[in-house]
Amino acid sequence: MTTAITSKEVKQTNLPKEKTSILKDKFIQVDRKDAKLALAHMYVAFTALLVGGLAGLLQVFVRSGAFELPFGIGYYQVLTVHGVLLGLILTTYFILGFQLAAVSRTAGPLSNTQRKLGWIGFWLMVVGTIAAATMVLLNEASVLYTFYAPLQAHWIFYAGLALVVVGSWIEGFAQIMRYAQWRKENKGQTSPLLAFMAVVNNLMWFVASLGVAVEVLFQLLPWSLGFVERIDVLLSRTLFWYFGHALVYFWLLPAYMIWYVVIPKVISGKLFSDALARLSFMLFLLFSVPVGVHHQLTEPGIDGFWKFLQVVLTFFVIVPSLMTAFSMFATFELRGRELGGKGVLGWFRQLPWKDSRFLVPFIGMVAFIPGGAGGIVNASYQMNQLIHNTIWVTGHFHLTVATAVVLTYFGAAFWLIPHLTGRKLTSKMNSLANTSGILWAVGMFIMSGAMHLAGLLGAPRRSEYSTYGGSEQAAEWITYQFAQAIGGTILFISILLIIGVVINLIWFAPKGEEEFPIAEAAAGGGKTPAILENFKVWGVILVALILIAYTFPIFDIISNSPAGSKGFKFW
Amino acid sequence: MHIHKYEKWWLVFGTATLISFLIIIGVSAFHAGAHPNNSKWTIDYEKVDEIAPFDNPGVHKVEDKDWDYEVVLVASAFSYNPMEIKVPKGSKVRFIATTKDVIHGFEVAGTNINMMLEPGYVSELVTTVDKVGEFVIVCNEYCGVGHAMMYSTLKVVDADDNSNH
Repeated sequence: MTTAITSKEVKQTNLPKEKTSILKDKFIQVDRKDAKLALAHMYVAFTALLVGGLAGLLQVFVRSGAFELPFGIGYYQVLTVHGVLLGLILTTYFILGFQLAAVSRTAGPLSNTQRKLGWIGFWLMVVGTIAAATMVLLNEASVLYTFYAPLQAHWIFYAGLALVVVGSWIEGFAQIMRYAQWRKENKGQTSPLLAFMAVVNNLMWFVASLGVAVEVLFQLLPWSLGFVERIDVLLSRTLFWYFGHALVYFWLLPAYMIWYVVIPKVISGKLFSDALARLSFMLFLLFSVPVGVHHQLTEPGIDGFWKFLQVVLTFFVIVPSLMTAFSMFATFELRGRELGGKGVLGWFRQLPWKDSRFLVPFIGMVAFIPGGAGGIVNASYQMNQLIHNTIWVTGHFHLTVATAVVLTYFGAAFWLIPHLTGRKLTSKMNSLANTSGILWAVGMFIMSGAMHLAGLLGAPRRSEYSTYGGSEQAAEWITYQFAQAIGGTILFISILLIIGVVINLIWFAPKGEEEFPIAEAAAGGGKTPAILENFKVWGVILVALILIAYTFPIFDIISNSPAGSKGFKFW
Repeated sequence: MHIHKYEKWWLVFGTATLISFLIIIGVSAFHAGAHPNNSKWTIDYEKVDEIAPFDNPGVHKVEDKDWDYEVVLVASAFSYNPMEIKVPKGSKVRFIATTKDVIHGFEVAGTNINMMLEPGYVSELVTTVDKVGEFVIVCNEYCGVGHAMMYSTLKVVDADDNSNH
């Protein structure tokens, strides 16, 4: 087993032989101090879920046409809250908290310096979140979570988001330090898979967020502070999307960590292949960044050739997802057959359907199949014209990030939180958790399905209720918007259940031990090639790909750019 | 590194599918010319009203060009000029549009006429309108509080209906 030696294990080795064998199955705990830091992230993440979810509920109500926001609250203000809290805050906090626990669990407890860095990063992120949230609540920043110039928010909004990014860098750096320490102490050995994966995700995050950091520091902040009058709009969008698509992989990779490493153990099976898991993560590192222009396919100012090149690279990033899908179902089938499943699909019934740690992420995996297929449509160059900025896109990422990714996070939270608090997931809470997963599936099927269909008919995303001057087409969309309100309501009920379970797990569940499940690799996988941990080689390829994909387009944008734009505040 | 036989088949099949998708969209783009808006035409967004062709928004019949009509459209917070566009079915139309302030969308709902309008740039798309009907044009990029109030209408009429000129 590739786990670090904790004080608990050291104690065990002194026990007589027969006792050791019993204790061997005892769970390895995340270090208490690290657990506290990881748990702090969960508080913020689930608070963001509740508030952001409420904002989502208000939106679907408004768009149904049957409800108006009280107290002069603006639709786009609520939409900004929804996007920032769920897209940026819930995800980033869950990811960093989970990865921290994962690194501590598999590479060993953090040193005091590393943990201190973790806390510094955490508090920077909290300060940044509060600053940005205050500006949104004061209606100084209704620019949505993509904050496209030349709509100009208050500078404190941008500075707050920059603090969130800087804080996340510091936390990611602390995790990388722990991994580097493990490598140094265990020369020539294959590192713990989960720690390796966390490091890959952090590296991708550094490389990707450089784009948005440059945008915020050199464009948005000087411009919103009034130091410069004008901004290069297309450059700012290109920098944003250099970051923006890798951002979605930053969300996805922790879900893949859970699928590869945790779920096999939850079903008492084995990890299909350590080497393939690492290879797929390295492919994500390579192909997540040089693909952002596929969000800009209908924009002027970028050459068709370079758009198409990034479309090609976007298609390559599908390959590691194909690998993951194969690994997951191979693991399920192997385990199902071990339990006596017969025939082509008999193994399927043997899986632990009543275990929320399995069922909830499994629903997420299923959602990723149509989600991924829809993504291929979106990236398909001229096909993008049919759906660009329609509510189809909203439907798409509510399947991917808002189902596949977050249901996996929630499924993990149901064991991670009690593991960190020293409590147990009771069978009552387990069935509540299962109910929330099923409700989520039903609600999302209705909401996302209606979004996809309305989008194909042309309904725009990010728009409040409108009849567009009594247009017949717009009247057709309203039926679907009603369906979205029904689906959204079911989703909100599911969120309330999840929050209930989380509150129970933090404060009320009975004391006990909950496992942090880590699967071992199946026999016959062979030794993992050392090249897969050689970050220099992969780093060079990554930089080369980014330079190929972006040098010319950015040079072209700058040399061909019109006069910049002044700021507008149209809300 | 050991890769299971079935996994090899699966990856070969998956990658081959992706490559065939890419070939289809690549041929359709670079051979048949089906590109989205890739215009490199720039403009001073603060003087749009004074610069041709935007000093005269509307539908213009043109001769000796690869298309039959030019539709010139200006977007600003929160309206389109013109509010109505009428073209005969089967005609080849070049849409030319820009914005006077923030980013707006130009989407003819239910068609693949869809492009971003960004300050300082002119967006263009040439297409044949082959379906009779009334299509609502909506702004699909958030532009401020009146975003959902922005609309125009594209009317595609039967070719023998000459009421538009």
